[in-house]
Parts: sequence; C-alpha cells; structure tokens
Amino acid sequence: MYLSPSCFVAFQPMKMPVNVLQTLRQGAVAAWPICLGYLPIGLALGVLAQKAGIPWWSVAMMSVLVFAGSAQFICVAMLGAGASASAIIVTTFVVNLRHVLMSSALAVFLQGVSRRFLALYSYGVTDESFAVNLTRFREGGWDRWRALTVNHLANATWVLATIGGALVGQFLPPGALGIDYALTGMFICLLVFQLRGRIYVITGLLAAAIATAWYLLIPGDSYIVGASMSAATIGFLLQRRRRRSR
Amino acid sequence: MSFADYLFLFGTMGLVTYLPRAFPLLYFAHRRMPQWLIDWLALIPVAILSALLAPSLFTDTGARSLVLGKLELLVAIPTLLFSLKTRSLGGTVLMGMLLYWLGGMVM
Repeated sequence: MYLSPSCFVAFQPMKMPVNVLQTLRQGAVAAWPICLGYLPIGLALGVLAQKAGIPWWSVAMMSVLVFAGSAQFICVAMLGAGASASAIIVTTFVVNLRHVLMSSALAVFLQGVSRRFLALYSYGVTDESFAVNLTRFREGGWDRWRALTVNHLANATWVLATIGGALVGQFLPPGALGIDYALTGMFICLLVFQLRGRIYVITGLLAAAIATAWYLLIPGDSYIVGASMSAATIGFLLQRRRRRSR
Repeated sequence: MSFADYLFLFGTMGLVTYLPRAFPLLYFAHRRMPQWLIDWLALIPVAILSALLAPSLFTDTGARSLVLGKLELLVAIPTLLFSLKTRSLGGTVLMGMLLYWLGGMVM
C-alpha cells in the first residue's frame, strides 16, 4: 500500500514509511504478547474501577490520558479510599519516574529523530513496549515506525480492555487459560534475550537480589528504579575494571 | 466526581506520566551521548526486567514476605529453560500460560 505524501501536507508530515502495511504487520507480530497480557490486567482494572464507583467513560478517559497500568491501579485504589487529587498525582509521578530510565535507553536507538515523532512516541513508552522495542532495536531490522506501531497497538488494547472490564468484567471467569501469566512469560523471555554476555547475567542476578530485598524492606515501588540503577552501576563498574585490567 | 473533576485529575496524572517519558528522548536524541552513559544504559534493560520480575516470583505480593515455591516461580523455571532453548517470544508466552494454567489446576 502506498499513501501519497500529498494527503499529509496539510499538517506537515513526519516522513511516513513507504510500506505502511508491512510496518503495521511487523509491529503487530511484535506487539501481540503485550496485547495478550494487557487483556486480563485491563479487564481487572475495569472491574475494580466499576466496584469503586468510577463510571466506564471515566475509565476510558484515564486509560487514554495516563496509559500506565500500575499507576492506574493505585489511582483506583486511592479514589476508592477517598484520597485527595494531589496525593494521587504525586504518587503517579513517583511511580512513573522509572520511565526516565527506559526513555534514556531508547534514546540510544532514536538518535536524530524529529522531536515531533519523539513527542508522539513518548506517550507509548511503558515497561512492556520498552522491553519489546529495545530488544528488537538491538537485534536490528527494526525502525521507529514499527516501534510506534507496537506502542499504539498496546495502547489500543489497554484502552479497550479497561473499558471492557468496567462494562462486563464482572461476568468473565478470572484466570482462564493461564492468561494472567502472559506478561510474566514475556518478561522472562525478553530477559533471556538480554543475556548477551557474563556481565549481563551478573547484572540481572544483582538486580533480582537487590529488587527482592528492597521490595521486602521498603514500602512502595521505589525498588524498580532503585534496584535497576544500583545493579546497572555495579555491573558498569565491574565491566570497566575488567577492561582496565586487561 | 463530575466530568471536569475526572478530566483535571486524569489530565494532570497524564502530564506527570508523560514528562518523564518524553524528557530523556527529547533531550538525548539530539545530543551526542557520552560513551560511559551508553555503556551504563546498555545494562539498564536487563536490570529493569530482572527488577520487575524478581519480586513477583520470590515474594508474596500481598503480605510482602519472602516465599520460595509459589506457582509463579515454579512455572518460571521451565519457562526460562524453554525460552533459552527456543528463543521464541510467542512460544515462551504460550508455554508459560499453559504451565501456569495446568499448575493452577494441580496446586
């Protein structure tokens, strides 16, 4: 399929890929594990929101505007407990600060890309799309349009799943076909793809140990940022010392 | 809560979520990143994935206590071996789901 550039001139296009259909298809192939994993989580969020008295259109608004799973769960719980808007907003900010690390790592592969594209791309940076796209970028044969497709397919699934949960979620059987394990399985495999040498294995083991200890000792979600930054720093220093001693 | 209340709350939540996602991309994509930063960031994905996974496998997320032997962990071991062997993302996801489903019926 070829879309004539002239039809985009009205709003000064970013350069579109030539083969749109192929880009969409390859994006969908990469995105389906995320979408599968988002279904049960989105449905669960919708059900909880409905139980907390949040109307379905409001769930839709939240999924479109925020698009961050864990923050949305926390928000629903806090609304249910009667928390103030400012407390919810501060919590959201803190919980989602981890994306700074992910966007920084993605920036290595998006050098020189237009700010307009990046502004759109940033909206879809989640734990899941980050992990899938970064793995693909590193393997090669991946470009920003395929990555953007992954982001937006995941987003569409998330929005629809959360609305579905708010509307009909309470009638669905929970946990059918092991679907609750989809994202865990995806993360396990993407973790395996990252193990490209001894230093990566060491860093991964360190992160697992630090994250588990941090999670047990310190309330909240700081373990994600705390453990990944500490483990990456230790791994980085080990790597540098080994290079120097050679 | 009214429509306007929700719009304000979710709009602000969206903004404070968007900024940490956008700032590093907009900042670093048009600057030469120092080599030490690139090297450090190369270790971030494995660290983040590990940090996201480990507590869900090794702890009871309700009580926040160490639990070795929960179904998530037992299923993770063959799932990990399967992905090492096949290096297939889709296959690993389906294998993990199948084992978790079967395990849930046994346990």
